[in-house]
Amino acid sequence: MTERSLRGRVAIVGIGETEYYKHSQSPDAEFKLALKAVLAASRDAGIDPRDIDGFASYSNDRSEPSRMSAALGARQLRSTTMQWGGGGGGNCGAVANGAAAIVAGLADCVVAYRSLAQGQFGRFGKAPTAPTISGDMAWQAPYGVLSPGQKFAMKARRFMHEHGVRQEALRAIAMASYHHAQSNPRAVMYGKPLDEAKYDASRWIVEPFHLFDCCMENDGAAAVIMVPAERARDFPNKPVYILGAATGSDHRVGAAAHNQPNYASSSFSTVAPHMYRMAGLGPKDVGVVQSYKNFTGGVLMALAEHGFFKPEEANDFLKLENLLAPSGKLPLNTSGGNLAECYMHGFELVLEAVRQVRGTSTAQAPRSDVALVIGGPMVTPVSNLLLGSEATL
Amino acid sequence: MSNTTTHESYLPAGLPIPVPEADGLSAPFWNGLREGRLRVQHCQACGTWQHAPEWLCHHCHAFDPPWDETAPRGRIYSWERAWHPVHPCLNGHGPYLVVVVELPGAGGVRMLGNLLGDPNAEVVIGAEVEGVFEHHPQAQPPFTLLQWRYVK
Repeated sequence: MTERSLRGRVAIVGIGETEYYKHSQSPDAEFKLALKAVLAASRDAGIDPRDIDGFASYSNDRSEPSRMSAALGARQLRSTTMQWGGGGGGNCGAVANGAAAIVAGLADCVVAYRSLAQGQFGRFGKAPTAPTISGDMAWQAPYGVLSPGQKFAMKARRFMHEHGVRQEALRAIAMASYHHAQSNPRAVMYGKPLDEAKYDASRWIVEPFHLFDCCMENDGAAAVIMVPAERARDFPNKPVYILGAATGSDHRVGAAAHNQPNYASSSFSTVAPHMYRMAGLGPKDVGVVQSYKNFTGGVLMALAEHGFFKPEEANDFLKLENLLAPSGKLPLNTSGGNLAECYMHGFELVLEAVRQVRGTSTAQAPRSDVALVIGGPMVTPVSNLLLGSEATL
Repeated sequence: MSNTTTHESYLPAGLPIPVPEADGLSAPFWNGLREGRLRVQHCQACGTWQHAPEWLCHHCHAFDPPWDETAPRGRIYSWERAWHPVHPCLNGHGPYLVVVVELPGAGGVRMLGNLLGDPNAEVVIGAEVEGVFEHHPQAQPPFTLLQWRYVK
């Protein structure tokens, strides 16, 4: 029996995205955005989009596969996978599920994608205004804990309390994103730099999160095309291989009313080791990281749980100079990420990791053969992804 | 003896009112608050306390863990000060405090509430707090929240 692994078996050969918009500013309907991203990724891969036979997404993406396949005029539809729950925590999971379908022989050409028009369907940062509430939110909403930031701030606060992490560590994470966005014309915050004074003076959203610790709300779509590794060299771009991926969360992270036993956590305590084991690699092998930022506090905990530093070393590691390309020891969010490129629900991070391995980022890291993507820290399930060049196989 | 009941609302009216799910899972909790009692699931088979409620004891898999009354006393485990109004009824309200409280008398289960008092005060993780039943008898439907304040 062959080893059960995705390592080296699937390649990403195409990436594509729409223009990225502030929320409510997309001139296009959400489904049209999805189609634009898939066609852009197909062009980048040099494939006929009619050859796409698998679709993978997450967070209950409304652009569902049968309609997509019909709209594209695809010859047939085979694999359709949806990563359950976890919102943006499913970004890498969608790629992993699509890749697994390829490895299992359920599809030959899979597009993983996310399309989101918050203007068309409602903003993530606004609470629903129904008069009554039941289930998980009933334990929180009546006390004014309604938005994602309000739900997660207390995890970050507890971690900062336990390990003596200072606000400056969160500030460095935010500033790295804005710094990298200034060289990325796709970024919504291109031309809008952030400095320490501006961060410090920004209003609190919910302590310990300032305005600049929180992701944007955006409209757009992004997609990647995956094929079996054997075919990877048939396409115009340098192939980017999946080295490892994992999804899920630790023991009872889903316990409601803030009862997860490992509370001060990004939910990666068990998930990160699974990914490294599949890849046969460790944190020292990773040259560049794209981490989903719902809030900077999640990035703080996720980087610690991926082994880049011990929690008590966070203040020393999370200094701006360490997080910048090309000179920092661990360039972070080199496109600007959710804070400053686009909150494409974290799928823009997968595309940026591909660019890093290809060597085509606007903030290229010198060590980019192994690129990490971290999805949706603090939610459940979360997911992650290690991509690598042919040299890493 | 301090008064552990109030009819003053910490937050403005208009936030979602908690009601049990259609299947009734959490009804004993919310009905208990209305009577000024804090009830938490307490498995008779293995002694595990469980909150939020579930149909199954996560430790021993006994179904329908019974509800036990427990003292509303706990320690602040974490906290936040919320500023940005994400709901229309909070517009112009100003900051408010939310605490995660762990209940040592109920196996360390946690629950959320507001920390009564000055919303701009420092919050001390580990500090002892006691529950205050905040009744809303005129609301439709009527409900009660469990709030927290420092033990003096």
